[in-house]
Amino acid sequence: MSGRRARGRLGWNALGIVIFVVLVFPVFWMLSTSLKDNDQISSFTPTWFPRHPTLQHFEDAIHRQYFWTDVGNSAIVVLATVAIALVLSFLAAIALAKYGFSGRKLFIVLVIGIQMLPQAGLIIPLYIVLAGRHQVNTLTGVILVYLTFALPFCVWTLRGFVLGIPKELEEAAMVDGSTRLGAFVRILLPLVAPGLVATAVFAFITSWNEFIFANTLLHSGNKQTITVWLSFLYGGNRFVDWGQIMAASTLIAIPVVIFFLLVQRRISFGLTTGAVKG
Amino acid sequence: MTGRRIAGGSVPYLLVLPVVLVLAAILGYPIYYLVKLSLQKYGLLELVQHHGEYIGLDNFRTVLHDPVFWHVLLRTVVFTAVNVGLTMVLGTLGALLLVRVSTWVRLLLTTGLVLVWAMPPVVAVQVWSWMTNSENGVLNYILTDVLHVGNYFQHNWYETTFSQYSMVTSLVVWGAIPFVTITVYAALSQVPHELVEAAQIDGARAWRIFKDVTLTVLMPVPMLLTSLSIIWDFGVFTQPYLLIGPGQQTTSNYLMSTYLYFEGFGKSDFGIGAAISILMLAIVAALSVVYVRRMLRVGEEA
Repeated sequence: MSGRRARGRLGWNALGIVIFVVLVFPVFWMLSTSLKDNDQISSFTPTWFPRHPTLQHFEDAIHRQYFWTDVGNSAIVVLATVAIALVLSFLAAIALAKYGFSGRKLFIVLVIGIQMLPQAGLIIPLYIVLAGRHQVNTLTGVILVYLTFALPFCVWTLRGFVLGIPKELEEAAMVDGSTRLGAFVRILLPLVAPGLVATAVFAFITSWNEFIFANTLLHSGNKQTITVWLSFLYGGNRFVDWGQIMAASTLIAIPVVIFFLLVQRRISFGLTTGAVKG
Repeated sequence: MTGRRIAGGSVPYLLVLPVVLVLAAILGYPIYYLVKLSLQKYGLLELVQHHGEYIGLDNFRTVLHDPVFWHVLLRTVVFTAVNVGLTMVLGTLGALLLVRVSTWVRLLLTTGLVLVWAMPPVVAVQVWSWMTNSENGVLNYILTDVLHVGNYFQHNWYETTFSQYSMVTSLVVWGAIPFVTITVYAALSQVPHELVEAAQIDGARAWRIFKDVTLTVLMPVPMLLTSLSIIWDFGVFTQPYLLIGPGQQTTSNYLMSTYLYFEGFGKSDFGIGAAISILMLAIVAALSVVYVRRMLRVGEEA
């Protein structure tokens, strides 16, 4: 019995490893290519692991026109979006989690519903409205557009984190003579801080990765975000510098991967929370 | 349940007010403008003048009488069905596998899944372009020289619409599996152990236990994931736009999102683009009802 079981597990493990290899191969191939010299890259018979790894492609990528400018643009857009979204949505999340008020249900429907709208469907009116206010090809315009998805997401996610705080703690503080605001600052804020960080990071990732709005709204190379910069990295001539493209891809993916590993556990279930228990 | 919340007078309204105001300005107004645009003749000239000419429902009539719209709709529906189907089946099988492997393999797989999940879509597109390019892409090499499934030397994967979308599908499904697998796995571990044991004691067979206990308790999760995936895949833009290439988009390979994008920005016919957008948003809104209703229940109960 236990022998059969062990053999069964061995089979599942083997299958698991095969799937792991297939799953991460594209990521591995990106890294591997970014470290190879051009002869190995253009060879018809690929070498799996880079021989004599080189950082030349990374150097080329970061010295390419607008790399640092566009990284800076992305940083500005992302930080502004996250900061504004976090402050405003934290207030709304408290209202949703702690208060009953008429219109609450409608507000929840809007917050969830907006997140379902396909971005492509909104690009035309957003573009025309921003063009009328001379906000096309400006970072301000992009920040405003990013708030359309960052705000609802943050409200909904933070609501979950605020709910997770036991009411008794807050009440205990109030019995001790604290005002509601005092209770909020001393009890609620420290408890919800990890949730705020996780939500911020997730909003950061979504904005950093965003492509369609940035691509449509930002026309000049020195105004673009880094994902748009990467999408144009194909080279106009016949020779495509795959080494450089993979090196740049790696650099752009790194902050996302690091942040993602940090918060994935906390946030990944936000979209389906309560589905089982509900 | 709702009774446990504080009444609070005007406080909750003051708290939600900033979000409501900002969303009204940056989303409510543009959506109002979208409706207005769809009823107007609005091209480049009108864009410069910031003023369109009212033409009633002409844009909708034009779109609905255009066979291209119906072809694109059909293509998008098929694309969505295939992508959601593959994502859900492979993702769920992945979760079932995670339950059966040893702890270290599970850790390995979970790390891999998170890594894939974290890849920015534009980066993933670049990696796919590199792996599938006809000159020296590793896909052709693997098919020809490692797996020996045929001669794919310098095979061009972007020649036919079907082949293009096989590549887009592989990219989209690859990127979508981690979310499904990890969520279903998390839900699986929430299935009460006592229920499974009780069924075992009653002499139920493994398959019956899975079907009657696990699946029943689990069902809401795949349902939610399926409706989310349908909504996402129906509106997917970045992957088909970039992987097939902005210059290679034609009426014979548009999806809904790229179709409205090129009608609007390519042909500078924003009125028509707006009409297509409204039709698309209406379809997605109809698809979202299930998801929103479910989440609303969660929001009310929690």
